[in-house]
Amino acid sequence: MNSITSPSVPRKASAKKGNFWLRKGNKIAPYFFISPFFIIFGVFGLFPLLFSLYLSFHYWEPAAGLAAMEWVGLENYIFALQDDWFQKSIFNTAEIALKSGIPQHALAIPLAFFIHTSFTRMRNTVIGIYFVPYITSTVAISLVFTTLFSRDFGMVNQVLTSLGNFTIADMKVLSWLFPTENLDWQRPEYTKDMISFVVFWRYVGWNTVLYLSALQTIPKDLYEAAIIDGANRYQQFRYVTLPMLKPMAFFAVTLTIIGNLQLFEEPFIITGGTGGIDQAGKTAAMHMFITAFVESDFGTASAISWILFMLIAGLTWLNHKLLGGSNN
Amino acid sequence: MITFKKTAVSSLLCTALLSGAAYAEQVEITVSSFPNFNQVAEAAVPLFEAKYPNIKVKIVSMAYGDHHNAMTTALATGASLPDVMSVEAGYIGRFAQSGGLEDLNAAPFNAGEFTAQIVPFTLPQATSSNGALRAIPADIGPGAMFYRQDTLKAAGVSEAELIKDWDSFIDAGVKIKEKTGNYLISNAVDIKNIYIRSNLKEGEGLYFDKDHNILVNSPRFKEAFRLAKQARVAGIDARVGAWSAEWTEGLKRGTISSQMMGAWLGGHLQDWIATDSAGLWRTSHLPNNAFASWGGSFYAIPAKAKNKAEAWEFIKFMTTTREIQLLGMTEVNAFPALIEAQDDPFFEEEIAYLGNQKARIQWKEASVKIPTVAMDRYDEAARQIVDDALEKVLEHDADINTVLAEAEKQIKRKARRR
Repeated sequence: MNSITSPSVPRKASAKKGNFWLRKGNKIAPYFFISPFFIIFGVFGLFPLLFSLYLSFHYWEPAAGLAAMEWVGLENYIFALQDDWFQKSIFNTAEIALKSGIPQHALAIPLAFFIHTSFTRMRNTVIGIYFVPYITSTVAISLVFTTLFSRDFGMVNQVLTSLGNFTIADMKVLSWLFPTENLDWQRPEYTKDMISFVVFWRYVGWNTVLYLSALQTIPKDLYEAAIIDGANRYQQFRYVTLPMLKPMAFFAVTLTIIGNLQLFEEPFIITGGTGGIDQAGKTAAMHMFITAFVESDFGTASAISWILFMLIAGLTWLNHKLLGGSNN
Repeated sequence: MITFKKTAVSSLLCTALLSGAAYAEQVEITVSSFPNFNQVAEAAVPLFEAKYPNIKVKIVSMAYGDHHNAMTTALATGASLPDVMSVEAGYIGRFAQSGGLEDLNAAPFNAGEFTAQIVPFTLPQATSSNGALRAIPADIGPGAMFYRQDTLKAAGVSEAELIKDWDSFIDAGVKIKEKTGNYLISNAVDIKNIYIRSNLKEGEGLYFDKDHNILVNSPRFKEAFRLAKQARVAGIDARVGAWSAEWTEGLKRGTISSQMMGAWLGGHLQDWIATDSAGLWRTSHLPNNAFASWGGSFYAIPAKAKNKAEAWEFIKFMTTTREIQLLGMTEVNAFPALIEAQDDPFFEEEIAYLGNQKARIQWKEASVKIPTVAMDRYDEAARQIVDDALEKVLEHDADINTVLAEAEKQIKRKARRR
């Protein structure tokens, strides 16, 4: 007995003395090891969040230093909500969000289904090609598209006008459908469509990947059962695939809502940071940026960001009601 | 021998100690800057360090927008401030009003001793509403009109006709359009921008007077809007924004026959926009005896900077040394803000790209005639509102009086915290 326990006693003692961190029952070590996350989250996540909330109730001329803050209560919120330009930017954002968001999903689901059923070995390559726009720098994409949509020298206009001026026996047969002169894509009536197109093009691949991964989880026996019941390919898609995609659709639409309502880089670069003629391409996030960094009104800009947050939260909740129901 | 050795050793020790002491006294100052203004500082640092061996200069550069955002943040928090802060003309109004920068007119700086040597219109830009001088101008951007000599000739239009007054300018544009099919200007908005900068009364800013009254609903703006609209209706503007792809292509191909901008545009035309058009471009004063400035750079000392005395030596070196000011001109086309530096023979040189014109002399003339414009911290907000109002007039045929009255109300709303 003694001979068995005696060697373990000094070992225990040495562990106790020698390594504080590995000691059994150490109450501090776990907190120490998990602390990096909380410190980083606190400094870069929680603090800016709370500070912007605090800031949204103040007037602040940032270059004058922290002492220059002045409590104004809800004034920033009231000012922002009554501001014509903010309202306009919200409507712009909504229009671009719908025009780019709906086609994204309407195309991504059939495309994912097509890739899922038609490709086997090539699938990853094909999906990779669709995914490339998503991982490309927004700045590069926006610059390429502004060049493509250039009025006098852009490829888009060259193609469109060459179709519009296509002549058979001295008749411009396609002129009813295509323009015969260069379109100015910077005109207010086109700005939003152009931005929507770029956003749509960029995120289709991303949504396709999401839907494809959901398709891959649908058990094959469901389709086999459907085939035995005499379902054709459309019916399989409509009554098996779509319902099974609903949870992923909820997730993907949520991401689209959040992303599109915070849309900033594409319109910012395409319109040269101004929002374009008539501010037709100015989104809410751009309005916030301009309020903060052009007009140096950080208080109102913070208020705008919180209004935007509430809007996004509200729409996400609505989306949950519509699409997220079957989850629970 | 031994004594000699001893002396040698002790003298060596002494030198080492002394140099050690000198090393300990050496101060490193940080200069924050942005391209390509930073190139002047970088070229000047070896000369500065040779003159002031105990000051070491570290230049930190960021992209134009990033730099000014970072400086705003640094001033806001009082952390990671540089000793010398570069500020571009577009930001100087806001930075000067904020109170985060030292008053360089006060002791120990006493900038008043040499500010008479600096181009006069720049100083009010850097002066706060309570009269403190917050920054020293390093370079300026005198306004000029660049035009295509060959296009004018083909249309039978003289330079005098072009710059006599705005009506004559627009008529010339119509002639050019008829004869050559080219546009005279890139955007009708340019006319408004120059017109509102001319005929300012003493102490008036662009949008506000010194008592913060809004000046937008006034004959100056109405006439500016009318002229812009007239130019648009006459079809003499290409309807493109500056620096867009259409704009650079238009200047390159000559479909845009003139551009009013800072004199530095000449360098851009020559270097990358219209490299093939050597000898075709000319420069003149702006139409209707207008004088304006485009851009310009300043040096300031943050109130919470650590090494203010050394920072001040650096600023004085950069802004009041003739050689350094000329270095800026040769290095990056930065037009000297120091009047003395403008007497160099370099200014008399002919510029081959501009058809051997002695263009720098003309720009020098312009620089002393640029009126002083009072800055206001709501200028940027007002500028956006006025630009938006003009778009309504140009695009939707809105009534000028109505949009300006509306703009005045909007500016009042924005500037709610006077």
